[in-house]
Amino acid sequence: MAVVQDVHGHHDHHPSGIMRWVMTTNHKDIGTMYLWFSFAMFMVGGFLAMGIRAELFMPGIQILEPQLFNSFTTLHGLIMVFGAIMPAFVGLANWQVPLMVGAPDMAFARMNNWSFWLLPVAGLLLISSFFVPGGAAAGGWTFYPPLSAQGGLGVDMMIFAIHILGASSIMGSINIITTILNMRAPGMTLMKMPLFVWTWLITAYLLVLVMPVLAGCVTMLLTDRHFGTTFFNAAGGGDPVLFQHIFWFFGHPEVYIMILPAFGIVSEIIPTFSRKPLFGYSSMVYATASIAILSCVVWAHHMFTVGMPAVGQLFFMYATMLIAVPTGVKVFNWTATMWRGSMTFETPMLFSIGFVFLFVIGGFSGVVCAIVPIDIQVQDTYYVIAHFHYVLVSGALFSIFGAVYYWLPKWTGHMYDTKLANLHFWLSMIFFNVAFFVQHFLGLAGMPRRIPDYSLQFADFNMISSIGAFGFGLTQLLFLYVVIKCIRGGEKAADKPWEGATTLEWTLPSPAPYHSFETPPVIK
Amino acid sequence: MSQGTGHYYVPAPSKWPIVGSSAIFFLGFGAAMTMNKIPAGYYMLGIGFAILIYMLFGWFGDVARESEEGKYGMQEDKSFRWGMSWFIFSEVMFFCAFFGALFYMRVLSIPWLADVNHDLLWPNFTADWPTAGPGIAEKFTPMGAWGLPAFNTFLLLTSGVTVTLAHWALKQNRRPALKMWLLATVVLGATFLACQIYEYGHAYADLNLKLTSGAYGSTFFMLTGFHGFHVTLGTIMLTVIYFRCAAGHFKPEHHFGFEGVAWYWHFVDVVWLGLFIFVYLL
Repeated sequence: MAVVQDVHGHHDHHPSGIMRWVMTTNHKDIGTMYLWFSFAMFMVGGFLAMGIRAELFMPGIQILEPQLFNSFTTLHGLIMVFGAIMPAFVGLANWQVPLMVGAPDMAFARMNNWSFWLLPVAGLLLISSFFVPGGAAAGGWTFYPPLSAQGGLGVDMMIFAIHILGASSIMGSINIITTILNMRAPGMTLMKMPLFVWTWLITAYLLVLVMPVLAGCVTMLLTDRHFGTTFFNAAGGGDPVLFQHIFWFFGHPEVYIMILPAFGIVSEIIPTFSRKPLFGYSSMVYATASIAILSCVVWAHHMFTVGMPAVGQLFFMYATMLIAVPTGVKVFNWTATMWRGSMTFETPMLFSIGFVFLFVIGGFSGVVCAIVPIDIQVQDTYYVIAHFHYVLVSGALFSIFGAVYYWLPKWTGHMYDTKLANLHFWLSMIFFNVAFFVQHFLGLAGMPRRIPDYSLQFADFNMISSIGAFGFGLTQLLFLYVVIKCIRGGEKAADKPWEGATTLEWTLPSPAPYHSFETPPVIK
Repeated sequence: MSQGTGHYYVPAPSKWPIVGSSAIFFLGFGAAMTMNKIPAGYYMLGIGFAILIYMLFGWFGDVARESEEGKYGMQEDKSFRWGMSWFIFSEVMFFCAFFGALFYMRVLSIPWLADVNHDLLWPNFTADWPTAGPGIAEKFTPMGAWGLPAFNTFLLLTSGVTVTLAHWALKQNRRPALKMWLLATVVLGATFLACQIYEYGHAYADLNLKLTSGAYGSTFFMLTGFHGFHVTLGTIMLTVIYFRCAAGHFKPEHHFGFEGVAWYWHFVDVVWLGLFIFVYLL
């Protein structure tokens, strides 16, 4: 019952050094590369964020010319979404999905490597676009035409980077779906799968659904720019609003692509440290599926101020608010899991509770934004910035931190430095709120986003926000230190360092062997 | 559903992914530069395509070899089926974006441009289809449905039948019939492409219908163009399968390479039906 592996019997031919990573077909190697790439992009995107906050520290133009400031906000968004958050989740899926379903590897091991190695190419296109004539794209991460119909080489580099990132995501998703549907250990029925696996199955479906639409969208933009088509040009019968419809048909499911795996992670961590099974497992699965389906029919709530028939506004408003129902189910279930559990507060648990707490704030401000008359007021203000950073930073990113601390003992064989890790959590928690909570007030007072200067009455809150952002940025260097320290040594981790953990990966030794589950485990 | 035998083929470390990525590196930078008329871009595109073709030969060659060596069992076969299905689904969604653009223009943006709110801006514009939009003065003649396009529909539908006949022949191990029907499919696909090229020439030369002819030109050429590109890929894939059949590959009970290509071929067939109805006919 052994896995047929070409390298069996002649392990000495296995490439070593850099070639091991370049040519690998091992899901753990590839997962590691995804996670490191994601962290590198997180640093680049973070650098851009620091630049933005430094410029906004005081009114007036200090360090960034307006055009460069716009490039900074644009590339900050693109790099964080496509370079940091999404690859981090795919990296976690690569490491954990085969371990959690009892598979020897991903279904398509070679393609898995390619979907990773496309990312550095796309990253290079994005970053180097800062240095070409005309500079990087500066039309916002949503690159609406007609603004994005202008601009030079940098915009085209962004378009091709998005094509490549999309191809990588589609390949990665097909791989994950196939692994989950076809490689589960005997006895692991769909409704016995860990929730992280479930949420990734649904996320991967969403990715295959919307990534090609984004590819079509940027293709139309490209031909409008260079080949004289008129998709987004009213003179030729097209419409710039058409771009927004196509973009957000991708873009709204995209935000759930960045949060559903986070839901899965939190649904693994909270039961472990509450020492209770997850409350309402099946309702969690159905809630995830409902969120995914609803996410495909709410896109135009990003476009309430564009001009839309009232019936359209009403439909998209109510459909959006409906998403609060399955999301509420999830929050209820996490809380109910903790209720009367024997809870302990290890770092992953801290990040998970922080996640639930702050994500709910982001969720509620999302409901606020969904209300048409209010959205018309807060559209393109810092209120929206605050809203989506509460769901993406204290939502998606916090869950990634939690996941890394949760699985680091399994990956490295060592326990991380608990004190420093907890410090990382508390500093992140405090500085995050300092940076972003005040932005709600700025937005409600009418401060527009994507503008390098502001009126004097916004000065105090902006200074507070910048201090918080600098603190948050510096704190992440501590995270890097904790991870490197854990890789290099530390207290030996047990095979199951968390007594409440139940999923399959904890049946393996720590660190997990290079080839695992060559003989599939049997699930009862 | 799950692992039947416990054997799953995990390939050894391979250079093809990184070769593919270096091709994409040259193609990405090369395309961006070419669009901006930077001469080095053409060379980069050339290098990129060369590496890509090398990678495709090498990678698919490896897969075909592994398949013939019997390394793929039932479970791997199922993985390929899932993989191909989801890939085709992603392709469907790609075309949906362009069909969506077509419907949006015809149903929403063009009537809006002709309504009373736009009278001052475009006083003489009426919401007819086909149109180049209110701001493009150059006249064109739309492509009719019942000449070459109808013949092309006939060609593609027939090719769907012939590829199925080839599949039956493969399943019953009638190798000469398999090769004959497969060759017929390739010929039908190539004929379709030739007709399509002729049609484009006719559009530019006689009808003054161009990519730049506003809403109609944009959607007509982008939709039929991407479809034509997919037919080209499909024809190349069928050709590869033909040579693999000629080399004795595939067994009556184990031939997913053939089936995957056949699925793809049916997919381009179905997209064409959508095109014929919504682009040519209506």
